[in-house]
This record gives sequence, C-alpha cells and structure tokens, in this order.
Amino acid sequence: MNTLRRIGFAVLAPVIAVLIAMAATSLVIVATGSESGVGDFWNIILSKPSDRIMVDIVNQTGMIYLSAVAAAVGFRMGLFNIGVEGQYAMGSFAAASFAGGAFLPGFLNVFVSLVIAVVVGALWAGIAGILRTTRGVSEVISTIMLNAIAGILIGYLIDQYGIHGGNSVRTKVIPEGSQVPGWAPFDVASGEIWTLGLIAVFVGIGFWVLLNRTRFGFDLRATGASQTAAVASGIKVNRMVFISMLISGGVAGLIWMPAFFGDAYSYGTTFQAGLGFTGIAVALLGRNQPVGMVFGALLFAFLTAQSNSLTLLTDISASVVQITQGVAVLAVVVAYELVRRARVRIEQRAVAQAPHVQTEEVTA
Amino acid sequence: MSSVATDVMSAPAPPPPRGSAYERFRTRAWLIVFGAIVVVAAVRVITDADDITSANTIRAAILSACPILLAGLGGLWSERAGVVNIGLEGQMLMGTWGAAYFTYWYGPWVGLLGAAAFGAIGGLLHGLATITFGVDHIVSGVAINIIGLGATQFLAEAYFSDLQNGGPRQLTGLDPLPYLTFPHVSDWLVNLNGKHWFVISDIAGFLGALTARVSVMTVIIAGIVVLTSWLLWHTSFGLRLRSCGESPVAAESLGVNVYRYKYIAVTVSGALAGLGGAFLALVASSGFVTNQSGGRGYIGLAAMIFGNWMPMGTVGASLIFGYTDALRLRTPSAVHALLLLVALFLFAYAAWRFYKKMRTSAIVMGLLGLGFLLWFLLTDTVPREFTGMTPYVVTLLVLSLASQRLRMPAADGQIYRKGSAG
Repeated sequence: MNTLRRIGFAVLAPVIAVLIAMAATSLVIVATGSESGVGDFWNIILSKPSDRIMVDIVNQTGMIYLSAVAAAVGFRMGLFNIGVEGQYAMGSFAAASFAGGAFLPGFLNVFVSLVIAVVVGALWAGIAGILRTTRGVSEVISTIMLNAIAGILIGYLIDQYGIHGGNSVRTKVIPEGSQVPGWAPFDVASGEIWTLGLIAVFVGIGFWVLLNRTRFGFDLRATGASQTAAVASGIKVNRMVFISMLISGGVAGLIWMPAFFGDAYSYGTTFQAGLGFTGIAVALLGRNQPVGMVFGALLFAFLTAQSNSLTLLTDISASVVQITQGVAVLAVVVAYELVRRARVRIEQRAVAQAPHVQTEEVTA
Repeated sequence: MSSVATDVMSAPAPPPPRGSAYERFRTRAWLIVFGAIVVVAAVRVITDADDITSANTIRAAILSACPILLAGLGGLWSERAGVVNIGLEGQMLMGTWGAAYFTYWYGPWVGLLGAAAFGAIGGLLHGLATITFGVDHIVSGVAINIIGLGATQFLAEAYFSDLQNGGPRQLTGLDPLPYLTFPHVSDWLVNLNGKHWFVISDIAGFLGALTARVSVMTVIIAGIVVLTSWLLWHTSFGLRLRSCGESPVAAESLGVNVYRYKYIAVTVSGALAGLGGAFLALVASSGFVTNQSGGRGYIGLAAMIFGNWMPMGTVGASLIFGYTDALRLRTPSAVHALLLLVALFLFAYAAWRFYKKMRTSAIVMGLLGLGFLLWFLLTDTVPREFTGMTPYVVTLLVLSLASQRLRMPAADGQIYRKGSAG
C-alpha cells in the first residue's frame, strides 16, 4: 500500500502536467482561430510516426537525455547550471576542431575527440564552479554570462580558423575513417540511428550508479536535500559544488557528439543549438531521476519530431509544441509542489491520528 | 510619511536623508562623473578617435542602452521584492510581439500598452508559479523563457503571415513613435562637438545627442527611472515592497500583505521588460522579427547586478553596455581606443585601492591595467567580437572582484510561504 501510494504520488504530477500542457495548447490553437482546428492538431501529433520520424525521435531522445543528465547532476544538489547550452557548444566546437584536424587515425581520433569534448565542457563549467566556490558568485548568473561568451568566442574562432564556403563557415570535415556509422532499422532513406547515441545509455546508467551506489552520490543528494545538514555531517560543500559542476559540464560536452560523428561531420550550420535549454526542461519534467528523464526526453523528442508534419498538413505553426513543452515544465513543477504539499498534509494527519505519540518532545 | 513624499516629488533634488554623508556622496559622484569625462576626452585627443564622443555615437549608445535599461529596471522591481526573474528574456519577447500587433492595428501608443500588457502577462505567470505555488524562481524563469520564445514564434506565424509587410517571422513598416528635437540648440552643440576641443566638445557631443532626434520612448524611460527610484525609495509603498525582498517574515508580522506586493512587483517587472521589447520593435528598428531580444533580457539582469540593485547604478551599467555595443557596430577602430580608456580606468581604480590600503586588489587591478595598456600599444585593431563580450565579461569580473561591495536584497530568490512567520 505504502509503495503503491508513493508511486501514485510520483506519477500523478507528470500526468497532471501533461494534461494541463495539452489543454493549454488546445486553448492557444482555438484562440488563434486556426482553420485546421484542434482535432486535426492532435490527430497529427498523436498519429503513428513514419519510419523516418521514428529514427529521428530515437536520435533526438539520446541527445536530449544527455543534456538532461548534465543539468540534473547540478540540480540534484541545488546547483543551477543554466550553462549547459554554452558548455556543450564549447565542447562540440573543440571536439569538432580536433577531429577535423585528423591528427590521429580512425576510431582513436573519435575517442580522443570525445575526451576533449568532455574536458572542454567541464572546464567551461569549471569557471562557474571556481567563481562560485572562491568568490561566491551565483552560478545562475555566471553560467548565463558564460553562455553568451561561449557563443561569441566560437563565432570569432570559427570565423578566424574555419573554412568559409558560400555564406556559411564550418570546421574541417572529419576523415571518413573517423565517421561512426549508424544502424538503419528501416530502409536506408529513413536514416540511421547513431551508434554514439549509446553514450546516452551509458551516461544514464552511470548517473544512476553514481546517485544510488556511491558515497559521492549520497553526499550529492544530501547536500541537495539540506545544505546545513550536509555541512553538519562533514560534507565539504564547496568541493561538492566544484566537482558536480565539472561532471555536469563534462556530460554537457558529450551532448552533440552522436550527431557530429554520425551525421554532421563538421561544426557549422549543422550544429543543433538549444539542446541545453531543452535538457534543463526535461530534467525538471523527469524530476532529475535517471528513469524519469528518459520519458521526459522521449516526450520532447516525440513532440518536436511530430510537429514537423504540422507545417505540411495544417496552417498551425510547428512552434506551438514549444508552448506545449514550456507549459509542461511549468505545470510539472507546480504539480510536484502541490502533490508534495498534499502528501505532507496526509502524513501530518496520519501522525496526528497515530496513538500515543509524545508530541512535546518531537516539537522540542 | 506622505508629507515627506510630496516634498520629495516637488523638489528636483531629494533632500538628503542623512545630512552630510549624503552631501559628500553626491559631491563625490559628481567628481567621478567629471573625472570620467576628462579621462575620456584625454583618450580621444591621444588616440585621435573622435568617434568615441561624437554625438552620433552617444545617440547610438543611448539607443542600445534603452532596452537593456528597461530589462534591468524590470529585474530591479522584481528582485527588490525578493523574486528573481530570469524570465525577463521571455517577457521581453512577448513584448516585441505585443508591440508589433497592437501598433499595426491601433498605432504606436496602443502598441506600447500592448507590449506592456503582454510582458505583464509573462510576469503574472512567473508570479503565479513562484509566489502562489512556491516553485523555484530559476526553474519558473527558464520555463517562461521557453514559453515566451515559442509563443512569439507561434503567434507571429498565426497573425503576421498574411499581413502586408508581414511574414511568418517578421512584421515591418510599423508606424514609428515621434521624435523630439531642439533644432537650434542641437545644431549649435553638434557644431561645437565637431571642433574637437578638449572636454568641451565631449560634453557638447553628449548633450547634442540628448537634444536631437530623441525618441519619445527615451523620455518615457527616463521618467520610468525617476518614478521607480521615487516609488521604491521615497514612499511607504516602496518601503513595504522592499521589505518583502529583505525579510518577508518581518514584513508579514508588521501586517504587510507580502503576496500582494510580490505580485505587484513581478507584474511591473514583466511590463517593463515588455516595454523593452517594444523599444526593440518600434524604436531601435522599424519592425518585429522573431527572437528579437537576442539575450538583452540577460544583459539587463547583468546591468542590474552591476548597478548593485539600484536604479541609478542600473542606468550607469546599461549606458556602459550600450556604449560598447554602439561603438562595436559603428567604428571598430574606435574600439581600439577603448582599450586605453579601460587601462586608464583600471589604473585609477588601482590607485584608489592603494590609497585605501588594499594592496592585493590594487596590484591585481594595476596588472590588469598594464595588460590592457600593452594590448593597446602592441595592436592596431580589436576583433569586433571581443567588444560584444564586454557586458558579460565585465559582469563576471565585477561579480568576482567586487562582490563584497554588492548587496542584493537579503531574501532575494527565497521561496516564501504565507504564514511561515510562525
């Protein structure tokens, strides 16, 4: 009964949130008086995805999930790394530059590039970590600033050292030996599922193990639950902040790697920006839980991929799913808070009704 | 209480609340401003970069500073009541759309109202999440930025696609707001500015920019600054609002309706950010495009922090950020002269620190200044992009080097529940 109730409470909030998001989206579509109507919209969104879209959903889920884990590492200890966006841009650019240089043969090149992505992402996040631990600068502000600086810095570097073609600029294309082939579940035209998407699986498992099976994970959760209690029990909070910032940035560095080695092969217009903020949203939706975020990532990838059909079949803009996603995030945090309050009330009532409890001593 | 307030309103300069200390502060502020002008003038003469104080540059700087300032003031209102609002960016975007839609159908004045209303909706949403439901302020802000971006893209495609001059991502050719010009005064000042006299021409350039082709909106913004500092620091309403940001528990125990004040603050905050969006769509350019704010909401937040959560500080920071932006877009060569300026300011700051017996920070500042001086002497140009980084790098530096001198509202960003005063 007790576990059942706990699961009920855990599932209740996301379900409510998704329903609210669906209602809000329908309302927006009705309010703007689209000719196609709400029915068509949900028909298209909820229809069975085509093979091509299915592959796209799997690929995007992987990247969004990585981004969500990056954000969640910080969130779990009350650290707001808003800078995932900048960290994965820096990591991706550094890895792409190195891989494009083809200093190493074949898969060694891939491996070292991945390491570089992790290191650069971690370093970029580390700046915010150092500022927080030594100077007390809020990581929210510093990571927002670092996001902007990253964008400008990459713009400058790619303009200086990139390859200009037409009116776009990109890094060198990686040699064929370092391209990582994918697996085509359907016919070739429907695209491939990127092999490096497996990174997301490993990172997800790693995150679960880290949280639940290591001392560090325990400290992380303890700090998130109550910083004062953590300090009292001997956890060095500053060290925790710095290390989790590094881990967060390191994971962020990996976000775009599946797409880079599987499809893009160079950093330029092909770079998919915005995954950092999507990841933050998914982390919130999945409550920073390794499993919860899988569903969150899947939902976001599904909505985005399916919305592409909207432009072809209706007069509804595909950006409407961004409203769905934003409302879902806002609704889910509100729903969690309401569910939490309800649970506390129920527990308090249960405690109050329990026989012979020495209330005086408890309150003292 | 109210008699003091009316006195303040009628007198141009507020009576000093704490006698001589305030007088001294004011004299020192004027000295700093004058010293800054002299240094800038000197740099102009040394480097021959006349553009750094030309009336046109200053005008462009004010144009760049205005939306940042509005976002900054929005942040100020909200954070003074204890609510961190990083949703400014999204609220600003809502404002750009509101401004474009209402200007197209009802003219620019209604457009301003529409922008403020749309921004205020974003603010209310933030309030609902953070105040009523106790959601983390950062989380709610991130969600509002996502919604703001999605909503403006969606609404633009739904409403602007079929309009004349419109498209799924833009709406141009909107009626502009009127401009103010004092013809003779401004001609005379611009003429004086062209003479390149030490100090005098520089001041003339500044005043020249303030007397010709000034958008009505800029004047309104100046009014908003005055109104904000009067309302928040010289009325009992402001005292109560700020008390919610300093100690909501104490405020509640004194009978202040904390939720109501926070709601007012966040709504005003959103409305100001929305007006910032209107400035971008109606004054800084002649139309709406999607994602027009381009991070200005965040720069506004930075300006507010740099300005130490005070209105005049926010104005100063916005002007500095706007100035670097204007110089970057206008004359890259003048940016190079800016290096010398930065070096001189760092030296001055180092000297002051040394005078205050803060050796380490004086040395750090001096070395930084030396670095900039060398950079100035050894190079001829500065990459355009580096100037764009200025607001962000400056904010990081200020936060990390001068964080002791910054003081944010004590209960800023904390979740408060009614009745928790116990």
